[in-house]
Amino acid sequence: MPYINIPSELEGMRGLLAFRPAIAPALTALTETILRSDEGLSMGQRELIGAYVSSLNNCHICQCVHSAAAQCLLAETSGLVDKVIENYENAPLSNKMKALLTIAAGVQRSGKDVLPEHIDKARIAGANDLEIHDTVFIAALFAMFNRYLDGLGMVSLSSNDILAERGKNLAIHGYK
Amino acid sequence: MPYISLKSDAPGIRGLVEYRPDTGKFLYDLVQILLRQDSPLSNAERELIAAYVSSLNACTFCTCSHAAAARFLFQDAESMVDLVLQDYEKAAISDKLKSLLHIAGKVQADARTVDNLAIERARQFGATDREIHDTVLIAATFCMFNRYVDGLNTLTPAHTDEQVWLIMGERMGTQGYIPPPLSQ
Repeated sequence: MPYINIPSELEGMRGLLAFRPAIAPALTALTETILRSDEGLSMGQRELIGAYVSSLNNCHICQCVHSAAAQCLLAETSGLVDKVIENYENAPLSNKMKALLTIAAGVQRSGKDVLPEHIDKARIAGANDLEIHDTVFIAALFAMFNRYLDGLGMVSLSSNDILAERGKNLAIHGYK
Repeated sequence: MPYISLKSDAPGIRGLVEYRPDTGKFLYDLVQILLRQDSPLSNAERELIAAYVSSLNACTFCTCSHAAAARFLFQDAESMVDLVLQDYEKAAISDKLKSLLHIAGKVQADARTVDNLAIERARQFGATDREIHDTVLIAATFCMFNRYVDGLNTLTPAHTDEQVWLIMGERMGTQGYIPPPLSQ
């Protein structure tokens, strides 16, 4: 049960945005702008970072939804997303992507946990400023969304399959 | 030194918003709505929650700037803001605000630790749904800003540079949140 009276049967972010519609345009536009771009990181890689950070924060809704979005955008059928969440070092990813996930994991704990050696490792693997910037931004964005949902007790009653459908829908249509 | 090449030596969030103004615009929109637009919590109380969460995240830029804005808005002569950051239970603030800071602290540490006990305590002191909502969202949002600012190692004036923070706090208190102009 949510801790506040959500005025409908809407789950997750849709419920919260219905409670406080004034914040919806800014939050939606922010998410659309940072996640729906293929400049540097692809949309699929961006969703993968979101899913990974959500798993570290144990946010069930975000992990299910964004894992499915990543899977759909990466046209992935071999269980890559689950492998990344389990241990990205062992997943079939580029060294650059692994180094960016190390940065994302630092951001998840604390911004101060991103160290110069993490940045160096990403640069050696070929990451540029924009990719490093967007990785930190996405990890920070999910630090917010995960807390907003869990802090207000927005537990989902839907099955994982239904959450995955929502993720696929976001992958196809975006956040607008 | 910031981890990426920014366009100027603007400190903290301002340097990042200059770097990616397309996302920066919506970050400023969000914080303006959250900390300035209509809410049962005063602007000063909302700045205090932001400063408290930023201090828990050890983010010097956000702690010093939002503490300065809170001091300005509270017209704080009694160092109440500093006391809140040290130990809010001892500060001269309402029991309701203490109970909301308790919730904000839980959101910062791990949002899943917010429980019925913390919510009930806030309700006993008169907190409404909107106040609980705004507290959680402000705490969550500052977990984002703090990580963005520190995760890219942005320039931060020394916390002892009181004049810088005083001016910044007054600007935030009077003008609210307006994105920096686009540099060429």
